[in-house]
Amino acid sequence: MNDMTPIETTLKDWETDQEVRWCPGCGDYAILKAVQRTLPMLGADPKNTVFVSGIGCSSRFPYYVESYGFHSIHGRAPAVATGIKLANPQLDVWLVTGDGDGMSIGGNHTMHVLRRNLDCQIMLFNNEIYGLTKGQYSPTSRTGTPSPTSPAGSVDRPASPCAFALGSGARFVARGYDVSKDLPDVLKAAYLHKGAAFIEIFQNCIVYNKDRFDDFTDKAVAADRQVQCHDGEPLLFAKGAKGLGLDLETLSLKVVDVVEGDWQAAGVLVHNVRNRALAHMLVEMPFGPFPMALGVIYDDPAPTFECAVIAEREGLVAGKSADLAGLLARGQTWTVS
Amino acid sequence: MMATISSEYDASSHDERAVEAVVVRFAGDSGDGMQLTGGQFTLSTALAGNDLATFPDFPAEIRAPQGTLFGVSAFQINFGSSEITTAGDAPDVLVAMNPAALKTNIHALKPGGMVIVDTGEFGKRNLEKAKYAENPLEDGSLAKWDVLAFDISALTLEAVKPFGLGNKEALRCKNMWTLGLALWMFDRDRQPLVDWLKAKFAKNPVLAEANIAALNAGHAYGETAELSGPLRKQHIDPVPSEPGLYRTVTGAEAISLGLVAGCRLAGLPMFFGGYPITPASAILHHLVKMKEFGVTTFQAEDEIAAICSAIGASYAGQLGVTSSSGPGIALKGEAMGLAVMTELPLVIVNSQRGGPSTGLPTKTEQSDLYQAVYGRNGDAPLPVIAARSPADAFECAIEACRIATQYMTPVILLTDGYIGNASEPWKVPDPETFAPFPVRFLEEKNGGERVLPYKRDSRGVRPWIRPGTPGLMHRVGGIEKAVDSGNIDYAPDVHQLQTDARKARIDGIVETIPPQEICLGEARGTLVVVGWGSTYGPIHQAVRRARRQGLAVSHVHVRHVWPLPDNLGEVLAGFEHVLVPEMNTGQFKTVLRDRFLIDAVPLNKTSGQPFAIAELEEVIGRFFDRIPGNEGGKVAVNETQLPAPEIEQP
Repeated sequence: MNDMTPIETTLKDWETDQEVRWCPGCGDYAILKAVQRTLPMLGADPKNTVFVSGIGCSSRFPYYVESYGFHSIHGRAPAVATGIKLANPQLDVWLVTGDGDGMSIGGNHTMHVLRRNLDCQIMLFNNEIYGLTKGQYSPTSRTGTPSPTSPAGSVDRPASPCAFALGSGARFVARGYDVSKDLPDVLKAAYLHKGAAFIEIFQNCIVYNKDRFDDFTDKAVAADRQVQCHDGEPLLFAKGAKGLGLDLETLSLKVVDVVEGDWQAAGVLVHNVRNRALAHMLVEMPFGPFPMALGVIYDDPAPTFECAVIAEREGLVAGKSADLAGLLARGQTWTVS
Repeated sequence: MMATISSEYDASSHDERAVEAVVVRFAGDSGDGMQLTGGQFTLSTALAGNDLATFPDFPAEIRAPQGTLFGVSAFQINFGSSEITTAGDAPDVLVAMNPAALKTNIHALKPGGMVIVDTGEFGKRNLEKAKYAENPLEDGSLAKWDVLAFDISALTLEAVKPFGLGNKEALRCKNMWTLGLALWMFDRDRQPLVDWLKAKFAKNPVLAEANIAALNAGHAYGETAELSGPLRKQHIDPVPSEPGLYRTVTGAEAISLGLVAGCRLAGLPMFFGGYPITPASAILHHLVKMKEFGVTTFQAEDEIAAICSAIGASYAGQLGVTSSSGPGIALKGEAMGLAVMTELPLVIVNSQRGGPSTGLPTKTEQSDLYQAVYGRNGDAPLPVIAARSPADAFECAIEACRIATQYMTPVILLTDGYIGNASEPWKVPDPETFAPFPVRFLEEKNGGERVLPYKRDSRGVRPWIRPGTPGLMHRVGGIEKAVDSGNIDYAPDVHQLQTDARKARIDGIVETIPPQEICLGEARGTLVVVGWGSTYGPIHQAVRRARRQGLAVSHVHVRHVWPLPDNLGEVLAGFEHVLVPEMNTGQFKTVLRDRFLIDAVPLNKTSGQPFAIAELEEVIGRFFDRIPGNEGGKVAVNETQLPAPEIEQP
């Protein structure tokens, strides 16, 4: 049907004629550029690419990508995407959602698209705030976040999107942030993963939650407060002076000091993207005592939903002909002459 | 095994009656297999060439506590040698498998009707559960009926003894024993049932043989009992019908088949997104068995995901279909608006049930008409079609597919629990006789150098563009959009124009729907009874009976609920009075009044049960001078209502 040969495009080919309407300085601009830069590297074909979104600032994304796009309703992008992918499994389907859209009103659909393992990329822009409705706290807002609906600070405990994704059965979980130079690499890995690929992207809401992630994204602290996860490489940070080891007594991670680069002696763990237990520990380690784990945290493919649906149908219809007259006359019949 | 007989009626009087139609009701515990018994009796009736209509009536509980009043499940069938359009009002024969079934159903039985009871279930405990202070078989309270009481439980146990089943399993064969007796009573062939049992229990031949033995024993009992009591064999002649191949069909089956046929006529694969809900699930159950017809089924995580996945599939170029019942349809409301806004084809089937909220999950009602016609945020018009019977649902489903694909719009197909579960004989249609309506996708740019996804044709319809088509990349969404390009635009004039365009397109559908016909009676007269949906049968019979008395009454039944056929106003203007019977509080009546400024008078019933013919007949009578008490011939709104039910206080 569709010719899936990688095709050559440039960043420009992925830009629409629409004026981008996010607030000046919004992290969404950087994410859009990162996606538009990545798509040519992947050999993606605009005609076979569909961006599907829900509602929220991030969900305007499809209007700015020169491909097929569907700006749906609040929280329901995973369901729309499921229909698209089942109807035409050869399409590349990207979901764009936010912490409100994907974790609150659409949390149910996020869970199910992950557990079913529909082949798609899910970019969850996490700015820890409701932007489009003017600044109310969101399900990922840290406890104590002051907002129009929580003047004394929010009392809810926040949800952790990556932990939620793993708990839902995701087979690919990654983290990045808007202005990170590593974001294209994460997007590439997500694209190459066959199945539902979940990417939490920390995104700076310049108006309602400005610089929320500075404590690990600011250049001055980045090296000390980020651990980049690379498959097969030690989980080091602070320019190699520190690493993540396993505390055997508590079966949890611990920060260890690395002396003279001898990470093995320090007991630093080697990252393994197929180690689900490690992935759980990396996404759940509390920021502050620990650095923020970024990059591809988990990547262990499993059979995809659309393939299972096709295989099931093929099994059921094997040897059957689509004889409509025969179908209508199924069951016990009688003839009146 | 004495047959106890009590009757103050002369049994011979109805021996001699020419039997044209009979209404039989099977009632028992919800675990007794009454629906199955009814279904098989229906099949044998159809095979005998009688016309028929059925009414399954069961509780919401799957297996309510045994022997309780609320756990009674019943199945009524009306069959005869002339045209049958309703499940019948009062049964002639009631089969009551326990005291609770007797108590909840006996008052429906015609005076002089026959009731068959299983004395084996009339022990102290079951009588208490059914809240009988005295055994009704002994206290004379059943005197106005023919009571045939025998120990069906013991007779069944005896019949299946050679197969060594446990007591519980053996007693499960009771329904087959009863069915055997019923087959004997109406002179039916047992062989199709024997074949069916062998197929059903292919993996357990002992169970098959036991059930067949019970069936045969019940049949043999009839032969024996005939010698000593009122039990007699009745033969009902086959109904003369149009030559051809027939089968029985339920509404849920007919809709599934119609959707498959409709998609074939459109040249499209079907995507069905559903979430289980009573009484709509049966459609999904049927469609999963039709995948060789290009059907993809998706059991979604909820009602919203079900419709959104169908919208996604339609966007990708298949025909998206979703189905639910009232509460689920309410959840789909926002997504229907999305389909209205993105102008994508979609079929939404609503198998209505009693509401509001959870309401009466297993009972029938027509109270989602407002929801269908008006029930979305914003001005979100969409066409609504209503099926009037199980067989009619087939054509309605095809019509829904036609309108959805030809007008790029979501379509609601209304059916209800009654139509969905009930079955009737169906002349198997020839698929070649339906005119195809092939879909054409846009394959090339339609605006010079640009693609204009919202460029409308003369009917106001936008092109359908599948992702994967080279050069036609575009974005759609629920936000207001510019004329032609579909880009985000919520300028005041744009919203005005697009709102008007959406409305005009739906209004324009009337051009391709057939003009309204009068289905019974003349074009002018004193009264027209206007119905929609499953009230067709009782209205038709009531009007027929009234006409036999010489009353100038006609029947109009509306399939296209929205937009309404253009000539409907003219048709109704031919009558002095317009009566609208509905299983709701007057929803279609309001739509008619609004659309045609006519003085439509409501007749409403919301008991979860279909209208009885007699109820309608009585109200029709009130419009005519000759009816005592209505000499003036004027009928006020409050005079068309049924008497308020009286609830027995415990």
